[in-house]
Amino acid sequence: MKALQFRRNLPRYAAARLAGSLTPGRGASAGPLRLVDLDAPRAPGPDWVRVRPRLSGICGSDLATIDGRSARYFEPLVSFPFVPGHEVVGDLDDGSRVILEPVLGCVSRNLDPTCLPCAYGHLGNCEHTSFGDLEPGIQTGSCHDTGGGWATAFSAHPSQLHPIPNAIDDEAAVMVEPTACGVHAALVAQVPADGVVVVLGAGTLGLVTLAALRAHTRPNTVVATARYPEQRRQAAALGADHVVTPGEIRRAVRRVTGSRTIGVSGLSETPTGGIVDRLTSGADVIIDCVGSSASLTDALAIVRPRGRIVLVGMPAEVSLELTPLWHREITLVGAYTYGTETLPDGTERRTFDLATELVADAGLGSLVSATYPLSRYRDALEHAATAGRRGATKIAFDLRDEKERLL
Amino acid sequence: MTRHLAPRPGFVLDVDRNSPPIVFHHGEGFRLEKLPPGRSRVIYPAEPLEGLADPDGAIRHALLNPIGESDPLPALLTPGMKLTIAFDDISLPLPPMRRPDIRQRVIEAVLDLAAEAGVDDVHLIAALAIHRRMTEDELRHAVGDRVYDAFAPDGRLYNHDAEDPDGMVVLGETPHGEDVQFSRRAAESDLLVYVNINLVAMDGGHKSTATGLSGYTGLRHHHNVKTMRNSRSFMDRENSELHASNWRMGKVVRDAGVKIFQIETTVNNDTFGREGPLALLQKREWEWSARDRMQFLGMKAGLEIMPTKAKRKVFSSWQAPYALTSVQAGEVEAVHEVTTANVYRQQLVPVEGQTDILTMGLPYICPYNVNSIMNPILVMCLGLGYFFNLYRGKPLVREGGVLILSHPTPWEFHPVHHPSYIDFFEQVLADTTDPIEIERKYEKQFAEDEWYIHLYRNSYAYHGVHPFYMWYWGSHALQHLGRVIIVGGDPAAVRRMGFQSASTLQDALEMASDVVGPQPTITHMRNPPILMADVT
Repeated sequence: MKALQFRRNLPRYAAARLAGSLTPGRGASAGPLRLVDLDAPRAPGPDWVRVRPRLSGICGSDLATIDGRSARYFEPLVSFPFVPGHEVVGDLDDGSRVILEPVLGCVSRNLDPTCLPCAYGHLGNCEHTSFGDLEPGIQTGSCHDTGGGWATAFSAHPSQLHPIPNAIDDEAAVMVEPTACGVHAALVAQVPADGVVVVLGAGTLGLVTLAALRAHTRPNTVVATARYPEQRRQAAALGADHVVTPGEIRRAVRRVTGSRTIGVSGLSETPTGGIVDRLTSGADVIIDCVGSSASLTDALAIVRPRGRIVLVGMPAEVSLELTPLWHREITLVGAYTYGTETLPDGTERRTFDLATELVADAGLGSLVSATYPLSRYRDALEHAATAGRRGATKIAFDLRDEKERLL
Repeated sequence: MTRHLAPRPGFVLDVDRNSPPIVFHHGEGFRLEKLPPGRSRVIYPAEPLEGLADPDGAIRHALLNPIGESDPLPALLTPGMKLTIAFDDISLPLPPMRRPDIRQRVIEAVLDLAAEAGVDDVHLIAALAIHRRMTEDELRHAVGDRVYDAFAPDGRLYNHDAEDPDGMVVLGETPHGEDVQFSRRAAESDLLVYVNINLVAMDGGHKSTATGLSGYTGLRHHHNVKTMRNSRSFMDRENSELHASNWRMGKVVRDAGVKIFQIETTVNNDTFGREGPLALLQKREWEWSARDRMQFLGMKAGLEIMPTKAKRKVFSSWQAPYALTSVQAGEVEAVHEVTTANVYRQQLVPVEGQTDILTMGLPYICPYNVNSIMNPILVMCLGLGYFFNLYRGKPLVREGGVLILSHPTPWEFHPVHHPSYIDFFEQVLADTTDPIEIERKYEKQFAEDEWYIHLYRNSYAYHGVHPFYMWYWGSHALQHLGRVIIVGGDPAAVRRMGFQSASTLQDALEMASDVVGPQPTITHMRNPPILMADVT
């Protein structure tokens, strides 16, 4: 079978880091990622099935790996070599079409009893991601044993698979996994009724989070940052009341909340009124879909005292002044993947089910901007890494016509 | 150097093949532009009139010999009375003038008379309406150290605060339903003396008090799109709805019992000096000596390599050697008639016919960026507001014609002076540039924003609604023009305002031909020193 494989190779990893820092996505050419022919995947256990991907998306975390920007935190949580790809719609051998819920929790690791989070359906919080019958790997796409979506085939545990209705086409289906992240983030945010919410970033995660906020919460005002014109258009279309550039966010939130400001320090006797360094009040909730030092600094500057910051974008090492977190009793909470959600009315639903409904209702399949065959993986990854600038959102591999898939 | 016995009036030059390149102001710099011969003309301002030989004597004479229905000032001053002296703020004159400022001369003369009459209860108010507060240095410059030290320490010299709920009062309503909001101290005084520097024909009259001592409640009735579009132009009081509204308000003020003694002064056109580094800006290019040319080219080249902050500092330090050309005092309307004639005597230039393309070089300063930054909204206001409206009769450019401005138009704001401008630029203009839509959708939000009000009252910020007024100031031009092009402007900032940017004047002229056709007529308004076109 044909696959894009990521090997442990420190010199190439360093080269990817350098290349990626010069041109986003260029790590695909210089780094340890290679298009290879592999033997058909071997099922890790008796229940496992073969999935032949139809579309497989490229995620921000994938790009961080390819460009050598991933945190070292993940090193013990992956097993080399691995095939990336965790946003997948594919076919089973019985001809049914499925989407993948890639988290590798206790059930897929054949651990019984399961850990407490898995018992409650919070697979993303699994306490045993390095144990059981599988090599380490928090998700399909980072585990050697399972393979991943950037291949013509991989293995999946039945607990990871969701049948997808015929009414949902492949483009929409491949958006379910990132949308589930957005749904989870929107619900973790605990948005107060009539509150002000800010979504930092209008890439895929930011946009699906906006859609989820509108579907599952009742904020009074949603403000979003978007760097590029097409992102601005999409953010507004998906429910942002105000869309501004990242540099304008502090003033925009001040306007919306009627807050006053605190100017910069260190200007001695020079008046500082009017300089917006941080707000005295601010938004109720910030959902940071970027995860950088800059975005988190913005979040701390614009959240109200006792407000909530939800970190959705995958951070690496960040440098951050945490005094406001302490002083203003701000809650900083992560939102990783999905599992089971408790809705405001108390009912419990699987995040993937909610996401599947949202993708259909909000037409999120349209966020898939371009697809590439595996052979053009360098172009695909560069396109994904510069998607916003090029007016695109989600880039995916299209494996439907790969001849190896038909074997 | 050519010397003339008497100052020459303004002049219209028809450009021919032998005409030298023309100086365009370009922010903190200059451009030299060659205009197409045979179809271009340049309007030059008049040379500076001679100043009054004895300014202090003239001032005292005016106070003792008022115009119109008014007693001499000494007759209006009695012991135990409450006297308020209001004066023009930092926006006048432009650039700030060398010491002693005319306000200092006039205020000292008034205070001398007040002291002679035994008047103790005297307040001095910088009548800044919703402009930013003046700093101590700026106040000292305007009124002089002696006055400042006598009145400021115990709180009798201060900036007008239009958002002080206890300090403002509504005196009534005009027949047009306009609220007349006024400084309570001024309204409750036995006499209000207003000290003007009438730099242009727009200044003075009832506008001094009805605007300068008012606030948003009053200003919104004439600082709006409808009024500005119906002011043709707002520099021509007889045809200005802005002034008609202020005159209606003036009547309400008078009927409310507020007694005003109006003092108006005019200055000459000596903006850049007869000697010194900028003197050649007051000369006509074909009269430049070889030394002038060398000096100009050296200055231009130096400015081009100088960092922006340094350039700003250099230009901000320039103080004009303006000379007093007239002073008149007494009843508001009678005084203003004479003042306007004196402004016109210096500034009015007869011009025959309109043009297809009007070009202007915008300087580094406008009324709202003294000691500050000329942000893009102020560029718009200076070009499409003030300069475009410096006409009597009809606009210099025909309806549907093109206005070409020259200014760097940086996407840069002074965060302390212009905080609401930043939001206006980022939020409002990102949505729409239509003044009507802007007024309807956003004005109230900005006008009532507590943060802006706080900064206006306690920091040095223009009021939250001020950038709206800047945009409205250009609304007549926006409606009249077919296109606006800014030469050398920051493309993103220019685009945000709905205009087009061009790298060179030649490019701009080519772009303009899409609107006005080939071989258009071109008129360049070489301003400042200030001129006002009398277009027939």
